[in-house]
Amino acid sequence: MFKRHYSDPDVPTVTIRFEGEAIEARATDTVAAALLIAGVTATRTTPVTGQPRAPYCMMGVCFDCLMVIDGEGDRQACLVPVAEGMTVSRQNRTIEVVR
Amino acid sequence: MSISTTADAVIVGGGLVGVAIAYGLVQRGLDVVILDEGDVAFRASRGNFGLVWVQSKGVGMPAYAQWTRRSSDLWPEFAETVREDTGIDLQFSRNGGYQFCLSEKEFQDRVRMMDTLVEASGGTFTYEMMRRGELADRLPELGPDVVGASFSPHDGHVNSLRLFRAMHVGFQKHGGTYTPNSRVTDITRDGDGFRIATEKGDIYRSARVVLAAGNATRELAPMVGLEAPVSPQKGQILVTAKTSPFLDCPTAQLRQTGEGSVLIGDSKEESGFEDMTSPETIKMLADRAVATFPALQKVRVVRSWAALRVMTPDGFPVYGQSETHPGAFVACLHSGVTLAAAHVGPMADAIAGGGLPPSFESFSADRFNV
Repeated sequence: MFKRHYSDPDVPTVTIRFEGEAIEARATDTVAAALLIAGVTATRTTPVTGQPRAPYCMMGVCFDCLMVIDGEGDRQACLVPVAEGMTVSRQNRTIEVVR
Repeated sequence: MSISTTADAVIVGGGLVGVAIAYGLVQRGLDVVILDEGDVAFRASRGNFGLVWVQSKGVGMPAYAQWTRRSSDLWPEFAETVREDTGIDLQFSRNGGYQFCLSEKEFQDRVRMMDTLVEASGGTFTYEMMRRGELADRLPELGPDVVGASFSPHDGHVNSLRLFRAMHVGFQKHGGTYTPNSRVTDITRDGDGFRIATEKGDIYRSARVVLAAGNATRELAPMVGLEAPVSPQKGQILVTAKTSPFLDCPTAQLRQTGEGSVLIGDSKEESGFEDMTSPETIKMLADRAVATFPALQKVRVVRSWAALRVMTPDGFPVYGQSETHPGAFVACLHSGVTLAAAHVGPMADAIAGGGLPPSFESFSADRFNV
């Protein structure tokens, strides 16, 4: 659905893991951008009704991109830059995430 | 430019108390104008916690315990009627409510307070004291510091912003006129009724005037021979990120909303007309919430705010009608959410009809002049 409009050849590639699966990203990507380009459509489910959600505003305002990043829940994937070896998973029921 | 408007009733104050009474009056066929301040006002109604709360209300004033209970009992049908009239779901539920005790002393104090309420209610108020073991069966997230809790089946909660909006929508749907940026500067007698002037220089004439302007009522009440000795009491609230449902009924200090956020509150500070949050109070609220439900430790706080309660010296409402200015009423109180159903119903009935019933005498501000 999404594709890279411009890619600076000097920016190195990093690998992150989303739900255990390796995803190639550019070091300047945010987690949300990297996942959208990789074709991930649902990055969390809502805590009450369990509906799927994806990053929306991409600028830290809408809180729809909350994910578990390196074991920590409720992180805004659109504001977190990727890093080599980072592990990312869908955020489901938050209170279970914190246990 | 000044305008002159005539109405059956002018409500001074567009907060939850004023608009609930106004909504009740328009449903009874009155032509009603609400005069509200602008955004400079201290808006208690936009900082609410959202409890529809019975336990702990009215120790020392049985009439208040009974009035609160009456509103609580009206709430289920009220919420349904509001939904039908305005299309707004208030997210009201009444599964009972807890007040947690974090020490044996708190537990014993709570027992005594609950017994006083049973007495004040003539035996209609019911509660249970629950020990930790019994509670933990119902609330698996409960922390080890919780000794027990009081539980009352009369308690509930609601989305108070939806309630506030629904009151305004319903009021205007039935022909009411909401007029913001209209601080009232003067109220004088005008034949059998009143002449009300705003800071813009607009003039309103009406047979009845209801003062429901929160903390500003203190200055307005003497204009119609009434008193409203209220002053601000600051409360601070924290809101967490949305979490999966773990608490199906509210507690006095925290509740989970229909969307999954957890609201944490119930701080009390006498700080005058100042509504800033402070790190000390926020830490106190957060610490107490985590002691109650340790899982909250890692749930993020996404917002906090402070608002000013409207408090009388004894904490109970002031309702009154003027003897020197017949047709002038005052309604000045904390708990505009809990009492909304009573304000739309019996309170509006009284104001539209022959005035406050004799049972309201104990709410008069005369009680402070003994």
